[in-house]
Amino acid sequence: VTVVAGDVIPPLSYPVTTTTVVLGAMASRDWRPMHHDRDFAVNRNGTKDIFLNTPNQAAWFERYVTDWTGPKGRLGRMTFRMHGSVFPGDTMVISGKVRATTVDDTGCTWVDLDLTLAVDDDVKTTCAARVAVPTETDDNPWARAGARWQP
Amino acid sequence: MTDVAALPDAVAKLIGVTQYAETAAFPAERGYGWTSCASVENGNPLYWDDSVAETLAGGPILPLTTLSIWMRPHYWSPGQEGEGLALQTHFDLKALLDLPEAVISDNTIVFHAPVRPGDVISYAQVVRSVSDVKETRLGVGRFWVIDVEYRNQDHELVGVESYTAFGYRRAA
Repeated sequence: VTVVAGDVIPPLSYPVTTTTVVLGAMASRDWRPMHHDRDFAVNRNGTKDIFLNTPNQAAWFERYVTDWTGPKGRLGRMTFRMHGSVFPGDTMVISGKVRATTVDDTGCTWVDLDLTLAVDDDVKTTCAARVAVPTETDDNPWARAGARWQP
Repeated sequence: MTDVAALPDAVAKLIGVTQYAETAAFPAERGYGWTSCASVENGNPLYWDDSVAETLAGGPILPLTTLSIWMRPHYWSPGQEGEGLALQTHFDLKALLDLPEAVISDNTIVFHAPVRPGDVISYAQVVRSVSDVKETRLGVGRFWVIDVEYRNQDHELVGVESYTAFGYRRAA
């Protein structure tokens, strides 16, 4: 399958619950109370409820990207910007589009993606991701190391 | 441009200095990897099917975005006083600048060699910058950038994270 700039990745919709937030925080060993204690989140952070933490949002984006690439897709980098919080009761929608494809000096094919995580069309997080994909069917980005891996 | 002179001495002296070089309290392990996958319903066979992991990555690896969790301290451990905090420089800046609240606004992760079960990860933190005083909808405070470099037991680079945070005091 040829990937070109402008390609759209099918969106992922997910209903966020208190369990989603707390499980994500505990899975990422984030013990800070704004991710499990509603009173703390409301009274100390001034938010309406507990909210998804950053490492768990990274995990959501990783899942979204590799759902699309398959297991040979290897993330090189991700840059997030948080514009707002995601709370229990929200239905979050992760969307993405191919910004560019390039081949580096080592022959590695990179796909640059612009991703968003939105609730009711309000973008809460943006993520620029760079993922290596196979150049040929027998290519394997995971086999790259040292100077041949330039994320 | 940051007016470093306006910063407290104790903060200005931290910029560019490697701090908190530490080794993880426990080896990276698959249980947390699977829990991370479960938390986002990530069915990538690379993390669940050992034959796929062997073919593609030469054996099991851990989800890339678990990078930071291998250095996160236990919430409690024997002899530990107070809550264990990851990214200690972040909390140091909050205290030194007397800014009781903080949020992470930006986060860049660069993935190098994958972390494998049994790896013992080490890291070090560097404060890259601290901004002038800013006012946002959250309150009045400062932005700061902290880089974290992660290496395995063979000193192989496994990842670099860069955090931009806003420490603030809520409007009265």
